[in-house]
Amino acid sequence: MMTALTAPSRLVHAFVPRKRRGAELFLLVLALAIGVGAYALVGLGRDSTIPTDILEYGGGLVVLAVVCHVVVRIVAPYADPVILPAVVALNGLGLAMIRRLDLASNTSFARQQLVWGALSIAVFVATLLVVRDHRRLQAYTYTMGFVGVVLLMLPLVPGLGVNINGARIWIRLGGLSFQPGEVAKLCLAIFFAGYLVLKRDALALAGRRFLGIDLPRGRDLGPILAMWLVSLGVLVFQRDLGSSLLFFGLFVVLLYVATERPSWLVVGGALFAGGAYLGYLAFSHVQTRVDGWLHPFDNVDSYGQIIQGQYSLAFGGILGRGLGEGNPYLTPFAYSDFIGTSLGEELGLTGLMAIVVVYGIIVERGLRTALVCRDAFGKLLAVGLSVAFALQVFVVLGGVTKLIPLTGLTTPFLSYGGSSLIANWIMVALLLRVSDHARRPPPDLTPTAADDETAVVKMR
Amino acid sequence: MSELTLTLIKIGFLALLWLFVLSSVSVIKSDLFGERVDSDRTSGSSDAKSSRSSKPAKRRRGAPTQLVLSQGANAGASVPLDGGPILLGRGADATIRLDDDYVSTRHARFVAHGDDWYVEDLGSTNGTYIGSQRITTPVMVSIGVQVRVGKTIAELKK
Repeated sequence: MMTALTAPSRLVHAFVPRKRRGAELFLLVLALAIGVGAYALVGLGRDSTIPTDILEYGGGLVVLAVVCHVVVRIVAPYADPVILPAVVALNGLGLAMIRRLDLASNTSFARQQLVWGALSIAVFVATLLVVRDHRRLQAYTYTMGFVGVVLLMLPLVPGLGVNINGARIWIRLGGLSFQPGEVAKLCLAIFFAGYLVLKRDALALAGRRFLGIDLPRGRDLGPILAMWLVSLGVLVFQRDLGSSLLFFGLFVVLLYVATERPSWLVVGGALFAGGAYLGYLAFSHVQTRVDGWLHPFDNVDSYGQIIQGQYSLAFGGILGRGLGEGNPYLTPFAYSDFIGTSLGEELGLTGLMAIVVVYGIIVERGLRTALVCRDAFGKLLAVGLSVAFALQVFVVLGGVTKLIPLTGLTTPFLSYGGSSLIANWIMVALLLRVSDHARRPPPDLTPTAADDETAVVKMR
Repeated sequence: MSELTLTLIKIGFLALLWLFVLSSVSVIKSDLFGERVDSDRTSGSSDAKSSRSSKPAKRRRGAPTQLVLSQGANAGASVPLDGGPILLGRGADATIRLDDDYVSTRHARFVAHGDDWYVEDLGSTNGTYIGSQRITTPVMVSIGVQVRVGKTIAELKK
């Protein structure tokens, strides 16, 4: 990674730049077939008829996807062709599932989610239009860090923040509630990338060696450590475990990538283990989560959600019950935190695996973008965005499948939630922007014919 | 609707999901197995290279040999061009450290591609200019073209 960071010009020319917008269009058609098909199957499975509003709903999805495609074609023609269709497929699948749960419990989350989707795509387009060169973002490194911390703190402001389901991570303005932590995630990824680009040499080289581990100087590490403590402190007060895990993981991985020192992973892992154990001793809500993970059947009343999630997956089996034919609505929060098990019940292991692979493909494309990218900031930004994404999927899917203790995070693009949707679409816009820059060909090398004609001295 | 039809539809939908996954993988398979070398673009450029390399001389006549600072605090400084990238800026890792308040830490970079040299702005605060044009992408520079970073002017010389 280090060699790629310092001498990227060699790598660039081994890469053959192609736009591949046709491939994107083809994949987008498949992705829309998944989204609209899932919606139709929900109706078929539940009521044996294709839902009457499928034209309205499908049309909305198609229009949004086409808008994205056209905008990418115009403003980021060399952007990665796989990311956008993968995101559209997940979004469509999530919408169909939310709609399916709506039908079961007479709510209208799907309609709201479609509105949020339209809004997110407007923000996506705006991001692509405004951020024409991701390197300009590096100028806002510290601003982004500051904004991130302020956003994290907003829910603690009395009168503005509200307590929903035990976590104080929401703000309410007028009638709209918003989860600022989702956007803070984005700001901090930019801050970490920008800061580490400047300090990575000092972090990796200057400093003492202790127990085979290179310890950096305090003045290099200070700001980022303070940053981490602030975000962690805020998260402890807000009782938002998933996000603290996400921020810490993002921070450690970026440090590792920037300095190329595996010792950071050891230090980070040890810090995490220690912090998690202290958290377990000190906070009752952490104990609850761990108990629910290890012994859910000890207290069926409080851990019912986890148990129901497991039964949901078991009921789905290999091929699933079929969309609209299971009972995913029995699990509390089946439309947000537990959408993973809802999909697992109705699409089975086969479908859930496909979803996980699609997430994997998005992350792979992000890391690939980082490899091809020419500037260090773009590399770190792409790594940061994809790692944030990967961690989030791991934490929430690992939680609902009882691999790790359940912590509240949204499943990107699938679960219901406007702030998460908007933040994730901005992340995708930034990834596309970096990949557009990375995959763009170097300008044409052959001198134009006009040069030969007007040359005074024949050179060749 | 019969049980059988529903099961078939269910399996069909799962197949569609995996079709999407496999199509995505096939689009990105060039990443896994490497790009085909004899594509139009590379063969075209290798043709151009072979016709150019028919000359015995390794370097094209008239190719620049050094980068010279012609104006600014470091005027007169020069670096030989040996094919590696040259970084201009105020930072410690710059090839030429510029004592110029209007220059960023890592300001601009000269990169060779074949016989040609390109200048690329590295996201500097005050920008890199060729004439009055602020550059946003790598731009080819030939001998004598003045590239301005801050108050410093750099150009390629024979």
